[in-house]
Amino acid sequence: MNRKKSILESNVFYTLVAVAAGFVIGAVFLVIAGISPATAYGKLLSSVFGKPKYLVWTLIYASPLIFTGLSVAFSFRTGVFNIGAEGQFVVGALAACVLGIMLKLPPVLHALVCVLAAAAAGAVWSLIVGVLKVKRGIHEVLSFIMFNWIAFYLSNYVVNLEAIHKEGGGEATKDVLESARILFPEGLRNALDCNAANWGIVLAVLAAVLIYVIIEKTTLGYKLKAVGFNSNGALYAGINADGSVLTALGISGALAGLGGAVQILGMSGRLSQFAGQEGFGFEGITVALIGSSSPVGCIFSGLFYGAMKYGGSKLSIVKAPSEVVDIIMGCVILFIAVSQVFRILFAKFHKKKEV
Amino acid sequence: MDVIIKNLGLLINATLIATPPLLLAALGSCFSERSGVVNIGIEGMMTIGAFTGAVMGLTTGNGWLAFLCAGLAGALFGAIHAVACISFHADQTIAGTAINFLGPGLAVFLCKAMYNNSSDTPAMDPGSKLPKLFEGVFPAGSFWSNVLNVYAVAYLVFLLAFVCWFVFYKTKFGAHLRAVGEHPEACESLGIDVYRVRYSCVILSGFLAGLGGAFVTLATINQFRPSVIVGQGFIAIAAVIFGKFSPEGATKACLLFGLCSGIKTLAGQSNTVSPNLISMIPYIVTILALVLFVGKAHTPAANGKIFVRSK
Amino acid sequence: MGKVSHMDESRVVIQMKDIVKKFGDFTANDHINLTVHKGEVHAILGENGAGKSTMMNVLCGLYKPTSGQICINGKEVQFSSPKDAIDIGIGMVHQHFMLIQPFTVADNIILGVEPVKGLMIDHKTAREKVVELSERYGMKVDPDAKVEDISVGMQQRVEILKVLYRGADTLILDEPTASLTPQEIEGLMEIIENLTADGKSVILITHKLKEITACADSCTIIRQGKYIRTVKVDEVNENDLAAMMVGRDVNFKVEKKDMTPGEVVLDVKNIHAKDYRDVEILRGLNLKVRRGEIVGLAGVDGNGQTELVEVLTGLRKAESGEVTLLGKDVFNKSPKETFESGISSIPADRQKHGLILDFSNEDNLILQHFEEEPYSTKGILNRKAIREHATELTEKFDVRPRGSEGAPAGTLSGGNQQKVIIAREVTNDKELLIAVNPTRGLDVGAIEFVHKYLVEQRNRNRAVLLVSFELDEIMSLSDRIEVIFDGRITGSVSGKDADEKELGFMMAGGKKHE
Repeated sequence: MNRKKSILESNVFYTLVAVAAGFVIGAVFLVIAGISPATAYGKLLSSVFGKPKYLVWTLIYASPLIFTGLSVAFSFRTGVFNIGAEGQFVVGALAACVLGIMLKLPPVLHALVCVLAAAAAGAVWSLIVGVLKVKRGIHEVLSFIMFNWIAFYLSNYVVNLEAIHKEGGGEATKDVLESARILFPEGLRNALDCNAANWGIVLAVLAAVLIYVIIEKTTLGYKLKAVGFNSNGALYAGINADGSVLTALGISGALAGLGGAVQILGMSGRLSQFAGQEGFGFEGITVALIGSSSPVGCIFSGLFYGAMKYGGSKLSIVKAPSEVVDIIMGCVILFIAVSQVFRILFAKFHKKKEV
Repeated sequence: MDVIIKNLGLLINATLIATPPLLLAALGSCFSERSGVVNIGIEGMMTIGAFTGAVMGLTTGNGWLAFLCAGLAGALFGAIHAVACISFHADQTIAGTAINFLGPGLAVFLCKAMYNNSSDTPAMDPGSKLPKLFEGVFPAGSFWSNVLNVYAVAYLVFLLAFVCWFVFYKTKFGAHLRAVGEHPEACESLGIDVYRVRYSCVILSGFLAGLGGAFVTLATINQFRPSVIVGQGFIAIAAVIFGKFSPEGATKACLLFGLCSGIKTLAGQSNTVSPNLISMIPYIVTILALVLFVGKAHTPAANGKIFVRSK
Repeated sequence: MGKVSHMDESRVVIQMKDIVKKFGDFTANDHINLTVHKGEVHAILGENGAGKSTMMNVLCGLYKPTSGQICINGKEVQFSSPKDAIDIGIGMVHQHFMLIQPFTVADNIILGVEPVKGLMIDHKTAREKVVELSERYGMKVDPDAKVEDISVGMQQRVEILKVLYRGADTLILDEPTASLTPQEIEGLMEIIENLTADGKSVILITHKLKEITACADSCTIIRQGKYIRTVKVDEVNENDLAAMMVGRDVNFKVEKKDMTPGEVVLDVKNIHAKDYRDVEILRGLNLKVRRGEIVGLAGVDGNGQTELVEVLTGLRKAESGEVTLLGKDVFNKSPKETFESGISSIPADRQKHGLILDFSNEDNLILQHFEEEPYSTKGILNRKAIREHATELTEKFDVRPRGSEGAPAGTLSGGNQQKVIIAREVTNDKELLIAVNPTRGLDVGAIEFVHKYLVEQRNRNRAVLLVSFELDEIMSLSDRIEVIFDGRITGSVSGKDADEKELGFMMAGGKKHE
């Protein structure tokens, strides 16, 4: 147990170093661009912590990210790489949006149907890729990338359909019906001084706990991990590898789809036409990496990324490009990716001392 | 008949505009993947190339110089990927993901910093772009103008594809890069510097991806916008897998995708089918092609595997 | 014996003096010495993990020694890469072939030293040179064949040619006979003879005593990284060498009580199966294993053993045939079904099939039982029961270090990993235990341990099928030996009166002498 703890601690340690290094590099580019890092980072901080309602906004931004982060983390833990969370998020959002507009159901039930439909859509989107992998041996990274773009154009296509499209309303759909939204009750929203405050964060935390239990405590998690770590060994032991891969991808896709539902039914209330990919899925990779692929870690890293996104959106006030957030996050991923070598060196060094 | 010829000309023209960026990036990807380094950061490298090309075109007014600079910018990102994956043994897919954050992020960031907080660069005048081959020789809009009077680079790219094929299969460097992607330990035992070969290949892949991105901003259109590349890097990777990791296969695949793109451009003008649906075609074609024809491609045996040099 | 020595004792080619190589805190080579003469065949003898390969990797420039001296032809040298060693005339043929599968034979041989004409590789010159070399030393190869399509024996010749093409004067052969047929081994001995006759020196790394007495002039013994001594092969016998290798007298025989085999447990009839290349590899194989006996399946790698075990354990579908276990049909069932019907196995590749290296030892120990009480209830794992189970087994099977129940299996040594697998499979206590190369890569202590449990399983009236490429192991353990050749059982002898020569003859496709 002690050993496990020390590894966990070192993960957190390296992650913090990587985050710090990311900020340093971001600062360098800010200086190059003639912007004081102090001003920009100051604005970033005050935009998140300045008022209680800013913190609520951070939670709103974080909720879908926690979901896509969980999606990717779950895939990492079970030996597949869900680089397709982006597409699953989009089809999830699309399903939630379309049903939220078209169906007429009582509140709560309507929302529930939309949420479940989103999860199912994400799962199906991911399972198609899984079937291609299992049946035809097609590498999942490639088909995920393809399906991300198919989802992207599919969403843009649906958004522009007459039945969905907002009349004269630019490039967005009609608003999702109130009955399908997952907003907090009005009184609470007023108290929080935030109109978009919603149950998303609660759902995200519940999902994280559920995923933690699945991975660590259940035979399902045992099975999925066995296949993920060593499919030959699992097969030898009589575990059905194909079935496990599909289950893992299905769960991972459902999580990303849920992220899409939370975004639509919670914060935005409608779907807009995309110009480029929304990025929630790719950001999920970052969330998973910063969270060391642990479900609980994803809650914290999701909050961190949510804060960066929300704070970043306010950077234009001080004339700093919000893309500095992308630069910081890109660097963080890169540093976490290369930290493995330092970790090994450190472990060797440590071992030497122990012996 | 005339209509058919005219449309054929337009289709060839559209294909010749859509293919070069894909092909440049795909050829780059071939080098990287065959040497054993997975590079999904092609997209980010193309974006930084597109941006650099636009900026250099605007500032120097020399399309060729701008094109070259864009390649160098891509190479720089290739070098980052190489350091992370080769020297620091990073997971190659994750490092590539990081590049895909950094490339577009940095491009738009710098664009805003340089051009008054606008995410688009100003448009450049035609003289600063890459030159066309037979400007003014054929009547504008005629079949021959459409087919022959395209950007000179478009034809050079096909020549380059041949050069890559030659390098791959006829030269020492080519033999080494293919060997390194299959069995790096064997190469090391024969005194081939695995790291050096891989570094060269990954940096080269960045260079070519940068050129591919710059083709978009210096030829296809005349400015940088955040959405200029969206997805082309990934299509290039798909083409490489589709083409079984060989320059000749990737070339064919890129032509197919270029043709899809050309059809999309033409059909887009007719307004009968949603452009969004047509945009899906290359991706669906890729999947179908993999399912129906290619199946399991022979991936270079050491692709994506971390190689640690002996001490 | 027909051994001809071409050694020129007046000319020392290679001298390694006091070589020390440390990896972190682990000393793989501790003051090793080696002297090789021109035209000499010099064997390096040591157990697995004794440091033979490390020593040779130092000599061929892959590793830099921590301290010590290497002299070639009397001059001290320092290698900064394998290239330096190649340039000075030292070439190594690795145990795991270093060949580029999709390349042709000729392209493999010239890799790294390609002759060029302008920008292009001069394939014509290269090919001519390859053909010339192969004829000179009597090594038949097809220069235009792709390596992935040629036999193991030819691959080895390609490796040797690769080294000769670079102008090597000293060839290091690392366990060269590991996967060769007896005929191929004979061919290799001839090649070695041709090489030394031409003035080349050969360093032979091996742990097979017979090969040393058959072709080496001298032998350097190392043990646990330390230099023991160098002897003239003519002056010692195999037992002396064995004693020096392990540091004590070894008893090759395993004690086991007499037993009369009982009813037939495993009955395999007329099995046909294809290998991964879709070539028929099992061609009508028949095999019976009874209660209370160890049946040893002897044969050279590649004659269908692997595929047979895969068919029996459900990993491969056979084309036709019949397999029954105590009368129950287990033909072409899933791994889970065969296991539940009563077949457990110790797989050949413990890291690929036997263990989930990232899983803790305790989780590995319940690999087939995680869905059963008491390890889980209604899908929820019972960590306490899992730990107790692991503690009990690690104690009983002496898995070290103690208290490693929660540590990933990948952190254990090879021998202890094997103990974990054996603990699991023996505890499963199925009707039939299949063990494939169960002692590969283990030290002597661990080998004895494994053998003890196989015999114990037999003594408990279970059936044991032992598949091994080590003939010694088969001969010392089996009650009955079945020889597999070309996908069929070609001979059967009782374990007691098995004769090594005769077995070797049958393994190479010969018929049993009546």
